[in-house]
Amino acid sequence: MDGELTRMTAADLAAAIAAGDVSAAEVTEAHLARIEEADPRVRAFLHVAGDQARAAARAVDERRAAGGELGPLAGVPLALKDVFTTIDMPTTCGSAILDGWCPPYDATITRRLREAGVVLLGKTNMDEFAMGSSTENSAFGPSHNPWDLDRVPGGSSGGSSAAVAAFEAPLGLGTDTGGSIRQPGAVCGVVGVKPTYGGNSRYGVVAFASSLDTPGPLARTVLDAALLHEVISGHDPCDSTSVDAPVPPVVAAARQADVSGMVIGVVPELGGEGIQPGVLAKFNESVELLESLGAKVTEVSCPHFSYALPAYYLIAPSEASSNLARFDAMRYGLRVGDDGTHSAEEVMALTREQGFGAEVKRRIMLGTYALSSGYYDAYYGKAQQVRTLIIRDFEAAFERVDVLISPTTPTTAFRLGERVDDPIAMYLADLYTIPADLAGNAALSVPCGLAPEDGLPVGLQVMAPVLADDRMYRVAAAVEAALDARRGYPLLNDARGLA
Amino acid sequence: MPIARDDVAHLARLSRLALGEEELDHLAAQLDVIIAAVAKVQEVAADGIPPTSHAVPLVNVFREDVLVECLSADAVLSQAPAVEQQRFRVPRILAED
Amino acid sequence: MPGSSTAAELVSYAEAVTRYEPLIGLETHVELGTVTKLFCGCPAAFGGAPNTHTCPVCLGLPGSLPVPSRTAIEYTIRIGLALNCSIAEWCRFARKNYFYPDMPKNFQISQYDEPLCTDGWLEVTLEESELGAYGGGAGGPRTFRVGIERVHLEEDTGKSQHMGGATGRIHGADYSLVDYNRAGIPLVEIVTKPVEGTGALAPAVAHAYVRELRDLLRALGVSDVRMEEGSLRSDVNTSLSPRGSGRWGTRTETKNVNSLRSVERAVHYEIERQAAVLDGGERVIQETRHFHEESGITTSGRSKEEAQDYRYFPEPDLVPLAPSRDWVEQIRSSLPELPAARVARLQREWGLSGVEMVEIRNAGALDLVEQTVAAGAAPADARKWWLNELARRANDTGAELTSLPITPGGVARVVELVASGTLNDRLARQVIEGVLAGEGTPDEVVAARGLAVVSDEGALGAAVDAAIAAHPDVADKIRGGKVAAAGALVGAVMKATRGQADAARVQEMILARLTQS
Repeated sequence: MDGELTRMTAADLAAAIAAGDVSAAEVTEAHLARIEEADPRVRAFLHVAGDQARAAARAVDERRAAGGELGPLAGVPLALKDVFTTIDMPTTCGSAILDGWCPPYDATITRRLREAGVVLLGKTNMDEFAMGSSTENSAFGPSHNPWDLDRVPGGSSGGSSAAVAAFEAPLGLGTDTGGSIRQPGAVCGVVGVKPTYGGNSRYGVVAFASSLDTPGPLARTVLDAALLHEVISGHDPCDSTSVDAPVPPVVAAARQADVSGMVIGVVPELGGEGIQPGVLAKFNESVELLESLGAKVTEVSCPHFSYALPAYYLIAPSEASSNLARFDAMRYGLRVGDDGTHSAEEVMALTREQGFGAEVKRRIMLGTYALSSGYYDAYYGKAQQVRTLIIRDFEAAFERVDVLISPTTPTTAFRLGERVDDPIAMYLADLYTIPADLAGNAALSVPCGLAPEDGLPVGLQVMAPVLADDRMYRVAAAVEAALDARRGYPLLNDARGLA
Repeated sequence: MPIARDDVAHLARLSRLALGEEELDHLAAQLDVIIAAVAKVQEVAADGIPPTSHAVPLVNVFREDVLVECLSADAVLSQAPAVEQQRFRVPRILAED
Repeated sequence: MPGSSTAAELVSYAEAVTRYEPLIGLETHVELGTVTKLFCGCPAAFGGAPNTHTCPVCLGLPGSLPVPSRTAIEYTIRIGLALNCSIAEWCRFARKNYFYPDMPKNFQISQYDEPLCTDGWLEVTLEESELGAYGGGAGGPRTFRVGIERVHLEEDTGKSQHMGGATGRIHGADYSLVDYNRAGIPLVEIVTKPVEGTGALAPAVAHAYVRELRDLLRALGVSDVRMEEGSLRSDVNTSLSPRGSGRWGTRTETKNVNSLRSVERAVHYEIERQAAVLDGGERVIQETRHFHEESGITTSGRSKEEAQDYRYFPEPDLVPLAPSRDWVEQIRSSLPELPAARVARLQREWGLSGVEMVEIRNAGALDLVEQTVAAGAAPADARKWWLNELARRANDTGAELTSLPITPGGVARVVELVASGTLNDRLARQVIEGVLAGEGTPDEVVAARGLAVVSDEGALGAAVDAAIAAHPDVADKIRGGKVAAAGALVGAVMKATRGQADAARVQEMILARLTQS
């Protein structure tokens, strides 16, 4: 029964709990057991909150027993990326500088999850301060891809993605700044969604790049992702950048799954040089599939997308260099060198030197450089102009098509250690995901098969206009249904890493 | 134009990072490559194109002048590296920055 | 050298302003009197036990986000309108990045190249009395139009206390203690354009500008503007240019100027010091200097030679401000009558001179006089009592005029009693003394102490007769035509009546008895 419980979707678990077929406590227990069994190999979790999870599950069961109303995900367990503040669990952001820090407040999303009766199993591993594409930048060691434990689970939300793919939780939450939900989703064979920027709250999400960071769901099915999307989304008065508009009807769209009559654009700039042949092959098959389902697929050039990567690697580090300045040993976190001989300035520098990893230091200095007087116009200023052009490319494209598609990543999961010494090679993992972050519109990755040369999962990226998140869910659900029907069993059954 | 090692040392000082000599060399080399790559944005003709600082165009988001409960001093100070007289104790500050 | 208090060489002021032309500029920070902080709902009130007015936002905890206060923005626009500024149609907040322990995020949310208000002015008038100290005054009052470069909104920092050193200042301290109660309080920064053509009057103009600005802000109701509590802080910039050279000099910025008087003294000292530097063939160093209250000198603080690179960029956690023209006009129409206009109006209505108005304002008595006039007193009388008798008594006890235990209504009543002949000036002073001592209202004091002027003709006549009888030689002189001698008899009657006679009437009665009119 336990093994079955961890194989169920969130939707089915919620229904079973609501119907009384199984208790929330049993569901939580089953997942805690699975974590104990699998996580020594996957290393998805930095902190497992067993007692709090059991208490939260008990509360759902008591509520049900008392005849109270249960939300659509009540009693369903979730793996929370360690970038969200939690009042009863540490929040490290994968960094030594915050090792042991217990926030005095919950993120708005954390609060919404608790109020919905979602059971927080614990905090998951991530690249330090969300900077990376593999979790190899975590101060606490990398996570491992359940498809092949010698490979990366992607990043920065690699821990949440791996947890979902390893059946340690049916739901995960991550944040996407340059692709950090979609890319790990793609390489782990799960659904990863970046909602419209501002569609939910960043209050309590430790900032990497403020104008790009977007919390979003990871799940094994499109419907599960949609259910979680609706629970976490909506305007927050504590976040000035959150959008005050109704949440797009993503659950309805996920159930509808019908693309007949839709016009779909393929972006040639996303999928050229450097793409792994098997990835391209799976993408082309997806195009054919969509056409067979009744969509019209056409090519739409977005010329400035070729500049998205350099623009991103100017904007994001610039904002990050400022956002991470607060980690200075004065109020919380690591303090090094306070022995009476060092000044405050020196203690700050010694602490940050020891507390930050190499990638974080690189990006802080890059950002400081790009914002410097004399360089601002040529670097940061120019990048923000390129951003405008990318937004215009999207707007022009969406006048002709309903959604845009591309492969999510140029390659399948690379090996641990393969790219750690080559920052630029690492950055290329985000090549296709970055444009949507810069423009703020909705994008997701849905599994579309296994690359023939390595048997590893490939993701199909679907991008929708700002606040039209439902459109991409419709397309993703259609692809998922068709592929599941063709295959006859869930994709993740083929993940042999934990066998 | 390659970035000079001295400039990288200056950036480290500005960012409050006490880099070791070897680390500085290593990072300087990497930064050089990265800066050359991101400089690609300068190829784009962008005369008259306004910069975008916010992807989604909101304006005038405000809150009203109404009190909200504060954190207790205990909650504020409990994670502090050093506390004295209910305040954060910090090492000697050199002259104002 | 930082921290050194040894006085620099100086050139005498008179000499300095003969050979050099001063240029001044002022940067003033005002803490707004809103209920809550700029970006969160913590109290903005002064005081409170350390670190009890904080939350994740003003502490800059990881994950926290700012949300701006509508009221703070409205107050800023109010200030801009009162200073005749243009209000931006669209602008943004920006991050000013630097590391300092009193800054929780190590950046300050401020405004950079898009301030909310720009390009205004404030007229500052110096009366003869203020000009006199600088050799001016002969040609009547002088008005200077001080240009306002910008008015913008930003968040205040926390407060550090430096421990272990001898002076409590940062130099020589062993460690510091930081309180973040003040972090996040809304701060408006008002920057003047360089003020040219003040010549020798530069210190007085600086003083008058800060005073006018303070009064304006108080009238707008946007701040309690207490320099001693730090809700109004001014830095003053000074530079010298050799007369006729056409080149502007290097400027220094002087901080720690905590009173109006200090503003004036700081400019005065900097002119003398910089003149000596330039006379010696040296360069004035562009730097921040610290003003010392006790000695009136400035010493070198931090060097601005290597200008700080704050790496400003638009604040990504905040969306732009686009105040609608309707909202701006609504704010404009809600502005109270501004001090300069009010003073001009009252001067006209009261028929007083400019000098008299300055005296009233310097004594802080404008509201009191206005209220006394509203209670029925003639303006000249109201002014006379507040500025003479009451000001003296306030000085004696070290109290403020406004805290004396007598109301404008009470003063007006005293004036009325004098006007109606019930009291003379001397008796009126005794009545005031009684009111201040808590003996009751003016009428109650008059009754209790029996201070009414004796107006009973019979009683007066008897007193006059008695005086005439007691001084026959004086009476003879008067009979002989020496009318002036009546003064002695009047004095005798006043003494006999304990000052409660109407001296003019007594004089009439004496003359009537002793001369043939």
